[in-house]
Amino acid sequence: MKIVVCVKQVPATESKLQLTTDGTDVNRSGLSFVINPYDEFAVEEALQIKERLGTGEVTVLSLRPHADQKPEEALRTCLAMGADKAVLLSDQAFDGADTFTTALVLASALRRLSFDLLLCGKQAVDDDGSAVGIQVAELLGLPHVAVVNKLEINQGARTVLAHRQIEGGIEVVEAPLPALITCQKGLNEPRYPSLPGIMKAKQKPLEVWTRDTLGLPAETIGVAGAKQRVVRLEPPPPRPAGRIIGGDAATAVKELVRLLHEEAKVI
Amino acid sequence: MNPILVFCEQRDSRLKKVGLEALGEARRLAGGAGCEVVGIVIGASIASLAEELARHGASRVLVGEDPGLTRYSSETYTAMLGDAATRLQPVAILMGATAMGKDLAPKLAARLKTSLAQDCVALQMESDGSLLGTRPVYGGKLRAVVKAVTPALQVVTLRPNVFSPIEPKPASGIPIERLALQANPDRPRATVRDVQQTAGSKIELTEAGIIVSGGRGLKGPENFKLVEELAAAVGAAVGASRAAVDAGWKPHSYQVGLTGKTVSPQLYIACGISGAIQHQAGMSSARTIVAINNNPNAPIFKLATYGLVGDLFEVVPLLTEEVKKLKAGS
Repeated sequence: MKIVVCVKQVPATESKLQLTTDGTDVNRSGLSFVINPYDEFAVEEALQIKERLGTGEVTVLSLRPHADQKPEEALRTCLAMGADKAVLLSDQAFDGADTFTTALVLASALRRLSFDLLLCGKQAVDDDGSAVGIQVAELLGLPHVAVVNKLEINQGARTVLAHRQIEGGIEVVEAPLPALITCQKGLNEPRYPSLPGIMKAKQKPLEVWTRDTLGLPAETIGVAGAKQRVVRLEPPPPRPAGRIIGGDAATAVKELVRLLHEEAKVI
Repeated sequence: MNPILVFCEQRDSRLKKVGLEALGEARRLAGGAGCEVVGIVIGASIASLAEELARHGASRVLVGEDPGLTRYSSETYTAMLGDAATRLQPVAILMGATAMGKDLAPKLAARLKTSLAQDCVALQMESDGSLLGTRPVYGGKLRAVVKAVTPALQVVTLRPNVFSPIEPKPASGIPIERLALQANPDRPRATVRDVQQTAGSKIELTEAGIIVSGGRGLKGPENFKLVEELAAAVGAAVGASRAAVDAGWKPHSYQVGLTGKTVSPQLYIACGISGAIQHQAGMSSARTIVAINNNPNAPIFKLATYGLVGDLFEVVPLLTEEVKKLKAGS
């Protein structure tokens, strides 16, 4: 089974974020980057499927989101975890993409790769868009199942059976292969790269594809083709200053209930 | 001006509250722009829901009813909404940022080759009819204000519990039309085979008005009953921090935070949760936050409307009793 996993490199969660001078983006310089946590579930699932079936190939695919990022590092980590090869999509023409043009470039690259199954994270924790994976599937005319925390492959029937989280329950969804799955926490426990894995990763193929490789017209992609633009980024509105309710527990609790009832009017 | 479409999700013939919130917001946006609000509902046995949409602000309702639509289908719903959008040329399509909405909206936006803004917490219509959406990004550390480049059509999902429905009003004479089933049998599709309810909290976290969450400070799974008793007294859903979930005290469906659920309740009570940035990502947009923690330096107190420094094993049962007294008296 051939599996392609789409991964995104994102700023580490603890990063202190500063805006660019025009206020529409986050300044990347000085930030440390990690593999998007949900994409780690996708990589791990691909590796486990390959190990379970005893055969197959895992390719990791990443689009450089910004000129100041080096997603090669994220791809090398995936190779060290056990992926077989990597493709990096890197071109100035891809910069400034929105979810649609990101999906468009990824879909175009995927048409050049052969696969039975596509995996990606349920959302990237920078843009929090929860969109690109599903849009890749739509552009490729493939079915998708999103927010999956359990996945079974039926190789004979060429189908997948996926459990997807919904409010108060799960939907059990069947889809014919090839299909795209977006991965949720709970699917597996991602492994750490082993030292031999890290050594081996250095020898594994990592190809870089550009706009020329994909033959995409420049006006359809990146900021030129984007359907949406960011007007500005801003900090969330400050929360009104809180107060600490003092006194012994019984008195403090009485005061808290009074405040919740009379001041906040929430109970 | 062209209409605003509002897709109102139903499951088992019951409308989700966030659909009515979206109608209310559409009404507010349309008021300024003078455009029509078209409510759309899709499913099996849903004819009675049309009037509810009208009562909550739809000036026209499209009903896509078919016995084959007892369960959600991303492909069929996309085809039906895509068809409606092509015919009506709306300025925006709104829906709730639920499991269904967040699944459907990206597919629909890609099919219509248009802009998508997920999980918006504020919307604003510009004088030229383009829509500005404000959405939390970077785990809530920032907000992005986004707009469609051109043409103006945006597909937008709205975070539940943030927008207000209108006061229901009588709705006579609102046109109700049938939305034809669009299903291309040749298109490969994902099919829902079963829907399983998860045991536990009766109130869904993302829809709850009040949430009581427990964290590492509870020291063990057996002590979650303190949180559950408080939740029962105050009429809340039960949540958990990542620490409590990773320790196996509660399943992942309870988790609030970066790798869990994002919630916006009226009241969030954090019991024994330090409030790491990952937890804040899931709950910082709650209106009122109560923190109960024995560590006065816990980051949760920076966020809290009301903080109580103390032993939760003493404070939480007292709080449960006080809430019960209040409810008994009111």
